[in-house]
Formats: sequence, C-alpha cells, structure tokens
Amino acid sequence: MAELIIISTLNGVLYGMLLFLMASGLTLIFSMMGVLNFAHASFYMLGAFLGFQISQWAGFIPAIILAPIIAGGLGALIERYGLRTVHKHGHVAELLFTFGLAFIIEETIQMIWGKLAVDYRVPSFLDFSAFTVYATNYPAYKAFMLLFSIAIFVGLIFLLTRTRAGLIIQASLTHPNMVGMLGHNVPRVFMMVFGLGTSLAAIAGAIAGAAFVTQSNMAALLGPILFVVVVVGGLGSLWGAFVASLLIGLLQTFAIASDWSLSKFLGSSYTPASGTILYDVWTVTIAQIGPILPYLLLVLVLVFRPTGLFGTRDT
Amino acid sequence: MSNNTMSARLKSYGIWIAAALLLLILPFIFSSGASHTTMCLAGIMIIFALSYNMLLGQTGMLSFGHAVYYGLAAFVTAHSMNWLAKNGVPIPLLLVPVVGGVAGLFFGILFGSVSTRRGGTAFAMISLGLAELVYSSSLILRSFFGGEEGISTDRTKLLRVFGYNFGPQIQVYYLIAAWTLLCVVLMYALTRTPFGRMCNAVRENPERVEFVGYNPQFVRFIAFSLAGLFAGIAGSLAAINIELAQASFVGAAQSGAVLLAAYIGGVAFFVGPILGAILVTLLSIKLSDFSEIWLLYFGILFITIILFAPYGLSGLLMMHAQFWRGPIGGRISRLLKLLGAYVVAAIPAIIMIAGAVLLIEMIHHVSQKAAEGPMMHFLRRPYLTVNTASAIPWIGALIALFAGFFAFRFTWPTVASVWHKALADAQRSGS
Repeated sequence: MAELIIISTLNGVLYGMLLFLMASGLTLIFSMMGVLNFAHASFYMLGAFLGFQISQWAGFIPAIILAPIIAGGLGALIERYGLRTVHKHGHVAELLFTFGLAFIIEETIQMIWGKLAVDYRVPSFLDFSAFTVYATNYPAYKAFMLLFSIAIFVGLIFLLTRTRAGLIIQASLTHPNMVGMLGHNVPRVFMMVFGLGTSLAAIAGAIAGAAFVTQSNMAALLGPILFVVVVVGGLGSLWGAFVASLLIGLLQTFAIASDWSLSKFLGSSYTPASGTILYDVWTVTIAQIGPILPYLLLVLVLVFRPTGLFGTRDT
Repeated sequence: MSNNTMSARLKSYGIWIAAALLLLILPFIFSSGASHTTMCLAGIMIIFALSYNMLLGQTGMLSFGHAVYYGLAAFVTAHSMNWLAKNGVPIPLLLVPVVGGVAGLFFGILFGSVSTRRGGTAFAMISLGLAELVYSSSLILRSFFGGEEGISTDRTKLLRVFGYNFGPQIQVYYLIAAWTLLCVVLMYALTRTPFGRMCNAVRENPERVEFVGYNPQFVRFIAFSLAGLFAGIAGSLAAINIELAQASFVGAAQSGAVLLAAYIGGVAFFVGPILGAILVTLLSIKLSDFSEIWLLYFGILFITIILFAPYGLSGLLMMHAQFWRGPIGGRISRLLKLLGAYVVAAIPAIIMIAGAVLLIEMIHHVSQKAAEGPMMHFLRRPYLTVNTASAIPWIGALIALFAGFFAFRFTWPTVASVWHKALADAQRSGS
C-alpha cells in the first residue's frame, strides 16, 4: 500500500507538473488577451512531434531545445498574422479561429507523420532505473521530467516576478493602455507572451512525448483536461493553475491505481440485474471512471464556486 | 385590397411551398441510390446545423458540445424503437422523431440548467466539459450506449401505415424531408417571435437586456433547451437513417462538424446553416474521393472563412443583394459585370490553390507512402500521375502557388473598382 501511494504520488506530481507547463501558458494568454487558446494542446502535440523528428536527426538534447523554439516561433507568427486579424470580429471569432487552428494542426501532423504512434523513445543515456521504492523501479527519465519541469516552473516565476520583462507582462495584464502610454509596444508583448505560452506547451510535449505515446490524437485527449485545469484553478490565476494541475494530476493517477467499485465497497449483499444501467454503475471501478473525474470536478466547481479555486473574476 | 393580401401571402408562403415541391421532386432529379443517401444526410445536417445556429447565430452562445443532444436522442430513439417493436406498440415510424425531440429537450433542460448561467467563453468551456463527460460515460454505461458496437435497431419492424415499411431509402428520404421542412419552418417562425428577438438582444448586449427587465440567463436557458429539442429530432432521424446509434454520435468530431457547417454557411442569416449543411455534407462525401487528407482542406476552408468572410457563404451572397435595385436590366448587367471581374480573379486563385494542393499532396505522399514508390496519382486520378522523386513537380507547384498568389493580389484592385462602380450605379437607380 505504501509503495502504491509513493509511486502514485510521484507519478501524479509529474503529470501535474506537465499539466502546469501547459496550463501556465494558457492562463497567461487568457488573462492577457481574453482568448482561450483552443489550440494550446496542439502546440504540446507539435512539440512532441518536432521533438521526435529532431531527435531522429540530431539527438535528444537538441530536440528538447529546438522543438519549443520552433513551436513558440510558430505560435508568435500565428498570433501576429492570424489572431490579430480576427481580433476585430470579437471573442467568438477568436475562439473559433483557435478551434480551426487545432483542427489544422492535427490534420497537418497526420499528413506528415500519419495516424499511428511514432517511435519516440526515451534517450538511452536516461534509460535506467533511478531508484527503487520497495520493489518498483522508478525510471530515471521520469525523474528527469520532474526535475526539468520544476526547473522551468521556477524559471517562469523568476521571469514574471523578478525581471523587467516580467514586470511589463504583469502590467500589461491589468493596465494594457497605461503600459502602451509608457511607450511599450503592447501588441508585441502579446505576441511574445503567446509565443512563450506555446513554447512552454511544446517543452511539455517534447519531454512527455518520449515517455508517453506520441500520436496525432494526443491533443484531442489532453486539450479538454487543460481547460478543466484553468477553470478549476480560476481563469487567469497562475497559482490556481498550479494547484489545479497538481490536484488533477494526483486525482487521475490515484484513480487509475484503484480497483474499488460500489459492489466491492458494499459487498455482494446486493447485485442489480446484469444489463441494466444500475449494474453498470454498481460494477464500474474507480480506475474506469478516472477519465471522467476531471469533468465532474469541472461541473462541481462551476456550480458551487464559479470563480474557480483561486480566481478573482467570475468566469 | 384582397389582391394585395393575396400577393403578400404568396410572398411569405410561396417560398415554403416552393421548398416543399423541390423536396418532392428532388429524388427524381437525382435518382441514384447514392444521391438519395446524400440527400438524407444533408436533411439531417440541415436540422442539426439550424438548431446549432439557434445558439451561435441567434443567441450568441458558442457551444462545443452540441452533439450531446443529437447523440443522446439517437440512443433514446434506438432504444425506444426496439421497445416499440418488441411490445408491438402501434406507433408508426413517422412519429418516432417526436421521441428524439423530447429526449433532446429533456437533456437540453438538464444540462442547460448548469451551463447557461454564463455566456461567452465560460459557456463554451462548460459545453466542452459536459460533452467530454457524456462521451467518457459512453465507455462506462454500456447497457445504454452499447459499448463499441452501439445500439442497432430495425426501422421496418414498427407499425405500418398504408403499407409503407420504410425499408427502401426513398421512403426514408421522404420521412426525413418532411421532418426537415417542418423543423425549418418552426425554427424560422421562432426567429420571428418576440422570444426570437430577445435572443438576438441577449447576443448583442446582455446588460441592456437586464435593464429592460428580462433575465438573459433565462433567455439563454430557453434557447438552449429548444436547440436541444431540434438537435434531438436530427439525432433521431440519424438513428432511423442508419438504424444504429453509436458513441461517436456524442463525440467531439460530431460537435465540430456542426460548428463547421453552421459557420461556413454563415451564422448571421437564417439560410446560412442550410447552405453550410448541404456544402459540408457534399464535401465530406465527395472530397474523400479525391484525397485521403481531405479533412485538412476542410480545416483550411474554415480558417479562410473566419479570416476573410466572417459572415460565411450566405454573407458573401447577401453582399450582392445591394445591387438588386432599380430596373431589371440594370440589376442583371451589374451582376454580370461583377461576375466577369470574379472570373478574372478566379483564374489566378485556382492556379494558386492547385499549386498548394499539389504541394500538400506531394508532402503527404513522400512522408506517408514512401513504400508505394515515387509515383503519385494526383487527386487519385491515374491520368494525373506525378513523379515525386523529380524536382520538376515541386518547382512547378511552388511557382503555381506564388505566381498564382501574386497574380491574384494583382486582380484585387480591378475587382474592387468594378464593385464600387456597380454600387454607385445601384445607388443612383435605387433613389
């Protein structure tokens, strides 16, 4: 039991940190431009596929450096020449634009890399067991991912709170007109933040792709969960996104490791007839409902606390 | 006086009578089995897209989960058809879409009460979350969703009226056509009611609506429930049409398809989603004959419309209504002049698109089908075989793309000047 808890906690924190890498960019972009970037998870996917391709040509280290740079540059270009054009048509048009973008990125990736998973592997120099908990070997690559994402997290906090660029970004969040008056190019700040946010998602993709499956449906699987994170944490709140990421990471990891069901919990004193909905509910295990839990959490939060956990503004 | 009311009546009802006649004779004009199937799918999509537009176009609510009401109603329909057939209940197939409509309304009320409290971005996200919730549940509640294979049903087993068993596709076509016409009329009528106007007001300015004394939340909720009702009818017809309800009916792809159909057609006009539904149905059937990656072209079309024609195809058509003034000869000559200008602009545009498509197809061939050798059948046509190993088609495609693009830009001022001349002419003859 203790073994399960330790391993699940490690995996949950890891998953949560990866979620946070993406959610931080998403929530920064949202609080700055009011645009919920539907294609954010697509940049995560793009990062994974670029990481795969570059690691084939040049090795793993160049891959995790170059993939986020390329994806972030692409994100900045898309903001400059796409999003800014539709901005005058309102938020619905912007949201639809990012929706179409997600669609195109997925189809483009299928066009180039196909629909099947590509063989993106953990590099051989990180392919060993870092430590052993009871009888379970914890892979070094997962430890690397955890440390890497924590390092990026610390770097992001440093950038936002301790540097001049971070000050300008923070000021642009709340007083874009004033920042403009002071002579800063606010549209360019927006473009930079969009590029930064998408490159953070691409970093997560480039390192997670090697450990998990790199396939053209990974954005569609992850995108909705990402939205849950930023809504549950509170739109526009970086700390909220952090807490919600860890919460959902842990929730899903622990759910997968649990085979409890109502019938197991209540014993076999009562069993509904097979083939009815009640029977389905009775016998479903927590592991099976794991994928639903984030969405249930979303609905609960929206009903009982619409601002999210740490949000100040009403969604 | 009576003549006047007669002509006014003919004007308002004439278009519906014409639509009914068109629906009646359409299967004789396009008489192949494949086109009957296509028309059935288009009819279902028309209802679905119009119900979606009750949200996006009329009330300004962007939903990413409209397929939930379509799909759940399809499952309820399949289950109730099986139940009706098993118990020999004398209800004909013609009335089964009512069941779907009620199911759609029920789920619309259920989920709408949670999700319509807020508009805008928050509503969009909640709709997405609910859609994911329902889709993920389909893997768990197997007795309702039927797991991987779905719930199948048999439409011929229900009560027969006048000997029609709805086995042949043509009979199903008339069933779908009748329901489509009914739903289109009802949804159009709804836009003309005070409630329909309140929906538009909520879209434009919810704060003002509150000042006037209405509750925008409640208006959104009613609009959402009614959209659920019509989506339910569409889903019900879909289940009747293919005699199957599958988990993919509630999936994100279905929600995306209706969003694309409504937006490509244009959400600002009532007729827009109808055009969009027909176009999207035709494209999704025809384009796959030409290319494996047709969905990519579909996405590019969508983005192009968002960037350059935010009112969709119907918006582009309606822009020409302003030329339709004054004497009939002037109207036609203006439109012909414009058409000439469009043809001039279309030639380089087609060259540009052909270059882009060739480039995309060659990249796809090289990266995905290297095993088949370098020869590629462009657009799946054997007489258009291209050697992707040679540099010539690549250079040719690039030249076509860029030369077409610059020539296309070059024609813009001409088109604009023809446009302005025709507009000035129309304003002169109109006043």
